[in-house]
Amino acid sequence: MTVTTITDAQLAPKDYASDQEVRWCPGCGDYAILKAVQKACAELGVRREQTVFVSGIGCAARFPYYMSTYGFHTVHGRAPAIATGIKLANPELDVWVMTGDGDGLSIGGNHMLHVLRRNVNLNIILFNNEIYGLTKGQYSPTSRRGTKSPSTPQGSIEYPVSACAFALGAGARFVARSIDTLQTHLIATLKRAHAHAGASFVEILQNCVVFNDAVFEHITGKEVAADAQIQVEHGKPLLFGKNKEKALRLKPGKLELEVVPAGPDALVHDETNRPLAQLLASLEPPFPAAMGVLYCNPATPYEREVVVEHGGSLDALLNSERTWEVGEGEGGGL
Amino acid sequence: MVTSAISRRQRETRDSVVIRFAGDSGDGMQVTGSQFTLETALAGSDFSTFPDFPAEIRAPTGTTFGVSAFQIHFGGTDVMTPGDAVDVLVAMNPAALTVELRDLRVGGTVIVDTAAFNERNLSKAGYARNPLDDDSLAKYQVLRFDITKLTADAVKPHGLTSREAHLCRNMWALGLLLWMYGRERTATIEWLNRKFAKKPTIAAANVAALNAGHAFGETAEMPEHLVGYVVPKAATQPGRYRTVSGTEGLAWGLVAGMRAAGIEKMVFAGYPITPASAILHTLANLRAYGVVTFQAEDEIAASGAALGASYAGALGVTSSSGPGIALKTEMLGLAIATELPLIVIDSQRAGPSTGMPTKAEQSDLFQAVHGRNADAPLAVIAPTSTADCFDIAIEAVRLATKYMTPVIVLSDGYLAHAAEPWRIPSEAELPRFPVSYRTDPEGFHPFLRDAETLARPWVKPGTPQLEHRIGGLEKDYDTGHISYDPDNHARMTKARADKIAGIARDIPLQDVALGDDHGKLAVVGWGSTFGAIYQAVKIARNEHRDVSHIHVRYLSPFPRNLGELLKRFDRVLVPEMNNGQLVKLLRAEYLVPAEPLSKVTGKPFRVTEVVQEIRKVFG
Repeated sequence: MTVTTITDAQLAPKDYASDQEVRWCPGCGDYAILKAVQKACAELGVRREQTVFVSGIGCAARFPYYMSTYGFHTVHGRAPAIATGIKLANPELDVWVMTGDGDGLSIGGNHMLHVLRRNVNLNIILFNNEIYGLTKGQYSPTSRRGTKSPSTPQGSIEYPVSACAFALGAGARFVARSIDTLQTHLIATLKRAHAHAGASFVEILQNCVVFNDAVFEHITGKEVAADAQIQVEHGKPLLFGKNKEKALRLKPGKLELEVVPAGPDALVHDETNRPLAQLLASLEPPFPAAMGVLYCNPATPYEREVVVEHGGSLDALLNSERTWEVGEGEGGGL
Repeated sequence: MVTSAISRRQRETRDSVVIRFAGDSGDGMQVTGSQFTLETALAGSDFSTFPDFPAEIRAPTGTTFGVSAFQIHFGGTDVMTPGDAVDVLVAMNPAALTVELRDLRVGGTVIVDTAAFNERNLSKAGYARNPLDDDSLAKYQVLRFDITKLTADAVKPHGLTSREAHLCRNMWALGLLLWMYGRERTATIEWLNRKFAKKPTIAAANVAALNAGHAFGETAEMPEHLVGYVVPKAATQPGRYRTVSGTEGLAWGLVAGMRAAGIEKMVFAGYPITPASAILHTLANLRAYGVVTFQAEDEIAASGAALGASYAGALGVTSSSGPGIALKTEMLGLAIATELPLIVIDSQRAGPSTGMPTKAEQSDLFQAVHGRNADAPLAVIAPTSTADCFDIAIEAVRLATKYMTPVIVLSDGYLAHAAEPWRIPSEAELPRFPVSYRTDPEGFHPFLRDAETLARPWVKPGTPQLEHRIGGLEKDYDTGHISYDPDNHARMTKARADKIAGIARDIPLQDVALGDDHGKLAVVGWGSTFGAIYQAVKIARNEHRDVSHIHVRYLSPFPRNLGELLKRFDRVLVPEMNNGQLVKLLRAEYLVPAEPLSKVTGKPFRVTEVVQEIRKVFG
């Protein structure tokens, strides 16, 4: 292993890359995410020795091997639990959980629910490609109805889960969405997630070139992106379209959104408003998909509320209840 | 005014006595038994207890499946089991009588609350006729008291409701029993005043009931056939003593182990399960000792959080019972693959599946030793008594941290709840085995092995220049990087096996608990059966039989002389509270003709059951 003497303030994105060869499929969206994370780390001046990337199983879970920080590639779906243990042992560590739609929402759905509800200070990055990649292309819990896969040759009959709506329902206090190819937006989103104290949940729409290519094309395609995405920003009106000519607003008398021409009645994004975040997270075509920080409303992280002290006297503990003395030659019997 | 416990009447002497308190699960029998135990301990007797309660929290009143019992065996000789046959049965209702009578010895004493033997309760217990009215109890000495009325009279001045007054019956019964065996009431009165500090009327009423039961024995009201007894003090090593349950022993032992290893923090992660939850409850009160407890969302997350904590340099501990341990299996595999310390406490209970949650068994031995995918060795140890739980927990910490391995501690439902007197060690006399976290980057890779222990270095994330990645994928022996090389996998599989096997060089040789190191018969046990086997072998040796008792505390790896030791006996008998597990491990490992003695009733062995089997061997 190479010993480096460079100080963290000077680190460039490449310094966050490990010496291991990256083994995702050529053209996989994971490369772009890796690049974005390394860039975000460099811009944040993240200290490598204080940083741990934890993952479960799946394509996304290979992530820690490619970072020059500490890394723990664990078992399928359990990364949130292991990361919680790491934070309980050492709250000072900067811990990231790298997961996917199968790992984080299927086998590990329960752990995801509880880590978000507890608000453990973790950066949880969910790579959503709507498919199981490493096991060769079965439909996942985020796959849309009708998805044809080796295990659903006639098309899936299940309704998908929305990752961000799930996170909000679980009580997450930071929920954001971005896209693998949207580098600037993705880096900015990762930096916001990192800055948030508590569990931050970021869904990244990620393209699987081999098993589910172009599954997000209706959102990310160059021709459609302006109309199919809405970049949300706190305090700014919810506008979209090539010339920001369209707006979202609340349908009068209803708890639902509608698209109207941009104007003074456009809804203004309030990232501390959970019901609004739920509405945005749940938008489906013909509505645009919401990108950016949907919800951010911090509270004291779990591990900061855990009280632990040191130095209690063991003698005092062991003698804490009724005790009695037996002297030399005391006691009868034998 | 509390009078002296010494009766004016003549008292008879008994070497040891077995009492069982039995009643409805709402009758407070566990509390009654625990307080009798405390007063007995303070009087200097040796003792062993066996709480036996139903899985239902509050079963319908008066039913047989709602009977809760607490047995205590105490005396001046070495008491090692809760006792085979009951001398005195306190039956608070007909259901308790019908369920527990089978364990009362012929000629034993039954104390009943006559008021509870009404038509309704009798029919719930399945009695066609009142057993107090026919000769069905002729073999026993039956003491009939209207405890309900006597209690109501005693608590009358305190103005309780009849329901509240009824709840004081157990204290009346306790008072009577304390009188019978010449025990004080002081600690119980203190305890009542503490427990009901916010309800002084209830406290005073309970004390009144306790005193009334005691006075009932002491005064002229006492029937002629109710006699007081003297039970001598036990001969014990000098020192300061207290009562300890297996649960307390394990919890405190973990804290002591953490101190011994010089580890700053313990993360104990558990999920509620009977009978293991008590360890979580005990440790939840110890945050002043660097203990963080975490109630996880499930057993898997509990083991994951514990392993994550170990990865970060804390002492990771998780605990459960058989079904929960099954769920932790995958995480144990990861702990073995990543070679991290992890302590797993299994409070075994009767199974398979949910089985009998409140009943003890030793049937997770196979699960502990072999129950994982692939070749996945780890260390398995088992305490022999409640007092040994403290020491075994310290040993678990030592092995886990020194060998960077998961260690499974096989306790059981009986050890978890049973109590014994325990000589309190001072902090100064505890062992020291400080861990050293790797900080030196020179020549580092994460799977660099210690030449002697084969353990890999323990690195705390946060250490500069030691950043590395580990995981469940196979590692290259020489670099620690991912490797699918066939020869490397063979080498790593062997290294993991050799590391665990090497622990045998670092643990005591197998000793013989009683008898010679050779002979006709070795009775080999493990875990909580120690007392019953020891006493059985003692009886058989008094009958001049050539038999020895060997009790195995280290189950994986076995002590290095165990095979050779067993081969010096003509026959090997293995009593276990399972359908034959250690017996198969011994046969497989050493090719010795070990024979099983299985008991799977959810109850501990009786001494006589082992004695009879020994006698059979000798024909």
